Amino acid sequence: MSQTVEVLRNQALDALQKTTTSDELVQWRSRYLGRKGAVGALFGTIGKLPAEERAAFGQGVNALQSELRKAFEEREQLIREQVLAQDLEEGEIDITLPAYPRQMGGLHPATRTHREFQSIWAEMGFQVYQSHDVEEDDFNFTLLNLPPHHPARDMQDTFYTTNPRVLLRTHTSPGQIRAMRELGGGGSKPIRVILPGMCYRQEQVTARSEIQFTQVEGLAIGRNIRMSDLKGTISEFAKRMFKADAKVRYRASYFPFTEPSMEVDVECFLCGGEGCRVCKYTGWLEIAGSGMVHPTVLRNGGYDPSLWSGFAFGMGPERITMLKHGIQDIRYFWGNDLRFLKQF
Amino acid sequence: MLVPISWIKDYVDIDIPVELLAEKLTVAGLEVAHLRYIGLPQADVPGLRMPRSDHLVWDREKLLLARVVEVKAHPNADKLVLAMVDYGGEELEQCVTGASNLFKYQGQGEINPPIWGAFAMEGARVWDGHSDKPRQMTLKGKELRGIYNKSMVCSEKELGISEEHEGVIILDHEERYVAGAPLAEILGDVILDIEFTPNLARCFSMIGVAREVAAILGLEMRYPSFEFLAEGDPIEEQVKIDIREPELNPRFTLTLLRDTEVKPSPFWMRHRLRLIGQRPRNNIVDVTNYITFELGQPLHAFDYDKLLNRAGGPPTIITRLPEAGERLETLDGLARDLGEETILVADTAGALAIGGVIGGGETEISENTRNVLLEAAAWNNISVRKTIKQQRIHTEASARFSRGVHPSQSILGSSRGIELMRQLGGGTVAAGLVDAYPAPPQTVTVALPIERINALLGMDIETDQAAEALRRLEFETRIDDDVIHATAPDHRLDISADPIVGQADLLEEIARVLGYDRIPETIMADEMPPQRENPGVFIEERVRDILAGLGLYEVINYRFSNRETEAMLTPDGAASSLPDAEYVEIVNPAASDRDVLRHTLMTNMLETAANNARYQRTQQVFEIGKVYLQRDEVLPEEPLRLGILLTGARDQPTWRVGDAGGAADALDFYDLKGVIESLLEALHIDDFSYERATHSSFHPGRSANLLLRRAPVGAFGEIHPQVAQRFRLADSKVFYAELEVARLLQYQQRLHKIEPLLTTPAILEDIALIVDANVAAHEVERVIRQAGGRLLKDVTLFDVYTGDPVPPGKKSLAYSLTYQDPERTLTDKNAARARKKIIGAARRRLRAELRS
Ligand SMILES: [Zn+2]
Repeated sequence: MSQTVEVLRNQALDALQKTTTSDELVQWRSRYLGRKGAVGALFGTIGKLPAEERAAFGQGVNALQSELRKAFEEREQLIREQVLAQDLEEGEIDITLPAYPRQMGGLHPATRTHREFQSIWAEMGFQVYQSHDVEEDDFNFTLLNLPPHHPARDMQDTFYTTNPRVLLRTHTSPGQIRAMRELGGGGSKPIRVILPGMCYRQEQVTARSEIQFTQVEGLAIGRNIRMSDLKGTISEFAKRMFKADAKVRYRASYFPFTEPSMEVDVECFLCGGEGCRVCKYTGWLEIAGSGMVHPTVLRNGGYDPSLWSGFAFGMGPERITMLKHGIQDIRYFWGNDLRFLKQF
Repeated sequence: MLVPISWIKDYVDIDIPVELLAEKLTVAGLEVAHLRYIGLPQADVPGLRMPRSDHLVWDREKLLLARVVEVKAHPNADKLVLAMVDYGGEELEQCVTGASNLFKYQGQGEINPPIWGAFAMEGARVWDGHSDKPRQMTLKGKELRGIYNKSMVCSEKELGISEEHEGVIILDHEERYVAGAPLAEILGDVILDIEFTPNLARCFSMIGVAREVAAILGLEMRYPSFEFLAEGDPIEEQVKIDIREPELNPRFTLTLLRDTEVKPSPFWMRHRLRLIGQRPRNNIVDVTNYITFELGQPLHAFDYDKLLNRAGGPPTIITRLPEAGERLETLDGLARDLGEETILVADTAGALAIGGVIGGGETEISENTRNVLLEAAAWNNISVRKTIKQQRIHTEASARFSRGVHPSQSILGSSRGIELMRQLGGGTVAAGLVDAYPAPPQTVTVALPIERINALLGMDIETDQAAEALRRLEFETRIDDDVIHATAPDHRLDISADPIVGQADLLEEIARVLGYDRIPETIMADEMPPQRENPGVFIEERVRDILAGLGLYEVINYRFSNRETEAMLTPDGAASSLPDAEYVEIVNPAASDRDVLRHTLMTNMLETAANNARYQRTQQVFEIGKVYLQRDEVLPEEPLRLGILLTGARDQPTWRVGDAGGAADALDFYDLKGVIESLLEALHIDDFSYERATHSSFHPGRSANLLLRRAPVGAFGEIHPQVAQRFRLADSKVFYAELEVARLLQYQQRLHKIEPLLTTPAILEDIALIVDANVAAHEVERVIRQAGGRLLKDVTLFDVYTGDPVPPGKKSLAYSLTYQDPERTLTDKNAARARKKIIGAARRRLRAELRS
């Protein structure tokens, strides 16, 4: 009967040699090694043999099964290698075909810059304080040391509403008074906030000026706040916002609600201070107005200016965004052309 | 203001390059916007960047000061003459010229008193005077109508001083002139264009700038003489002053010059006025302008004889408010209605001038004027501001008075002005001056302890150093126990008498003079305020991130709108669903279609979508912004809204197999619903539901209200077709949502529990139910979930089908169900029991049939 085993062996190994794909290999395995396969069938015949032949025959079939299993694994390994080699050889695609587009979304550039500002200021302990867009004249001007007919009122073209006491804020500074009154505990607690928000000015809309723009104002009030702290804080901001070794220049200036006041210039990050068209060949870019909070403003916020002091600064995120990305036209910001927005 | 450096050098000996001076002025708060070079080279200052100037630099060897000795006729040409010029050479040089202003000297022989010109030798570079476009050229010898010529006398245009090319430069004789001196030393100049912030009223003149220069550089100030030679009869008998409103006119001074001659001013005066952009007129008017710019004290000159005539004798000058309906014809030829608060200069016969702003036509200086009455006064700056706003007029005088001119300057202006007029026009000045000074401002002295300087500036300076900085700005200082008592100089109105504000005023001056760069940079050591949580900001930014992550772009619109456009959101015959509030209305809008603040984001969003439709196949955008609802309070409510808009194709077209031709599906209601539910899921808001929307801007059958804990948060759905059409969006359907951000904040779960991860196996199976077509899907799902009980983990609708073989009026809903027991392996038997319950409940409660 070992002849039967030998026949099956030859037949199976022959067939195995002819398999070339993993499908054929699976078929081969079920034909010979499967539950109802040929080797199994041989095991089924054992019972019909004379008792003295059974052991030898059983051994033969077992050996056959092991051999075929081993041959199968080798063949499988070989075919796997062949398939792999073939795939590597021939399975080339045109990698220059266009990608399938993924649906992307994105934040408005103004939001992006605001976040950059907010996170830098948050690291320095300045938290966001939000205030009204529509303001009382008192808060926008008078309480900020800009009484009616003050010359500096001319610096800001104001949108007035049908209520003569009410206007659209021309800057975020009225939030200074509101923050002091709300958070200051009647002039007894320190404050460190930034006031981001939309501001409005009645101007001709051009590539360089808008009727609506965002501002970020900062305010720190305490018992020992010095002008040197203001310089240190702003320089720290410039280093984090622009460049670790950004040079900063402070110029005396005038804002009714601060004294002393100063403008802050940062070394032009486009030309490295060598002079270019954007910085008008001066090497400097103006980034902020700032100063020590005016004693009158401290008083109007509920603080005694002989005991408390503070500093404030204001920045225009759109301007900084424009500088950073070479945006020539400020109208792009609220124009919301998706061709623009998708570039951020 | 244009400031020639040559003029400033009259008062202070500047020892640094003008470029560096400009930088120092800028840093000290006098922003130099531009430098204009005349003839002089631009200096290279290490470390300083500035725009390169492309002006003509005058060759010191070839462009010279020269005396025009004689003008002779040209033998062959009427329109040319020969100017015989002494440029310091061995012989006179003969220049052929057509300069019209030299012709009058023809045939006079040697010109006396001498005149001087700007002489260019052969080889000199000059501007081409005949070219329309700016073009430089090198002077070459050539024959002009038979006479060889290799040099010339120059016009202002040829030297780059101005566009003037009618005549050549003719300088009046001065003792210091030497033939052959480099022209750059006589006419070379740099003009600084300085911008003044409102606090720098005191600097709005040459002396004002020079004082700052002297203080910043630590140099001595050299004032001009304020003496005047007065040999005439006492002025008191010839004119009187009557001030009726001392608040508005704190001081008024008059001087009188008799028997003078009105004629053109000499070259130096005309030249300076032109350099600062003023047009020379005659010697009297020129002096009033000159003093306005030199001292910052505007002057006004009257024809005294006209005043005599009007009064029928010695006039009385009255300053007063107008009578009802009073009018005045001003120098600019306009007959003006005078506002109630306009302060007037008048005489007994009526108004003469608007105080501090502009003179009247009748009494102005003319060529025939012989006797000049000169006014130098002080006016209330707020009153002047009101007048110039009301009259829409701006003059050099009003520009200064509206910022504030200290009354102490009146008498300086009078004295210097009348003396200059006498020098230029001749005549006799009446003795003394009439000076009415009813309201002198108080002298301000501020006490400033040294420790306050160091505490507020954060620098360590000595008392003497701080006092010295103030003295440089002409403060009088006294030091007493480390306290500086500083008295403001009499040209300043900006130092406050309030002790604390006054200290701040002085601190600024000390910091400016010492230099802001002397203040160190320190880290705030002050107490840190308690940090608050800021959920409003947090959720706003979180919502932005979620929506951007869902493939939407953020837009930011104008917050302005107009009533008509917002009314377009309501279809014909429908009631408006916009907020029941008033608009915040702008009285001076930038445009008539931006005259109110919006009640909704919808109009802006639809307009943005229409604008983008030209370039975009698909638009998926959102905005987070305020709307403005005016109710009973003074200020409107400013709730934050979230607007979401989807329109166009769901996907970009691709070449992918099965997608050829880009036949992508259009976005629809359920895409928008998906955005909203993803947002809610990300915010962990799970108690939400929907009801049919009642908002008239939406399609009534394809819109919904979102409810959070049964409270409405906003409507969403397909924009009503009529509304879409009005916004030019008829081509594809527009899906829009507008939600209250405050509600999202209110209902979001900031602490949510997570589901444990189950390891027991799940059993999945499908079930299809046929129900009446009008049965709501969420009703079917609710029945399934309730009947499925604890073991039914998930229900997903994967097919909605109508049509054969489903009977008419019915629909088939196919769900895939997931059963799972959290604790043990679920048996088929248990799953089958759950399934049976579900089918039973569906039959009973939905009259559903199982689809086989
Ligand atoms: Zn640059």
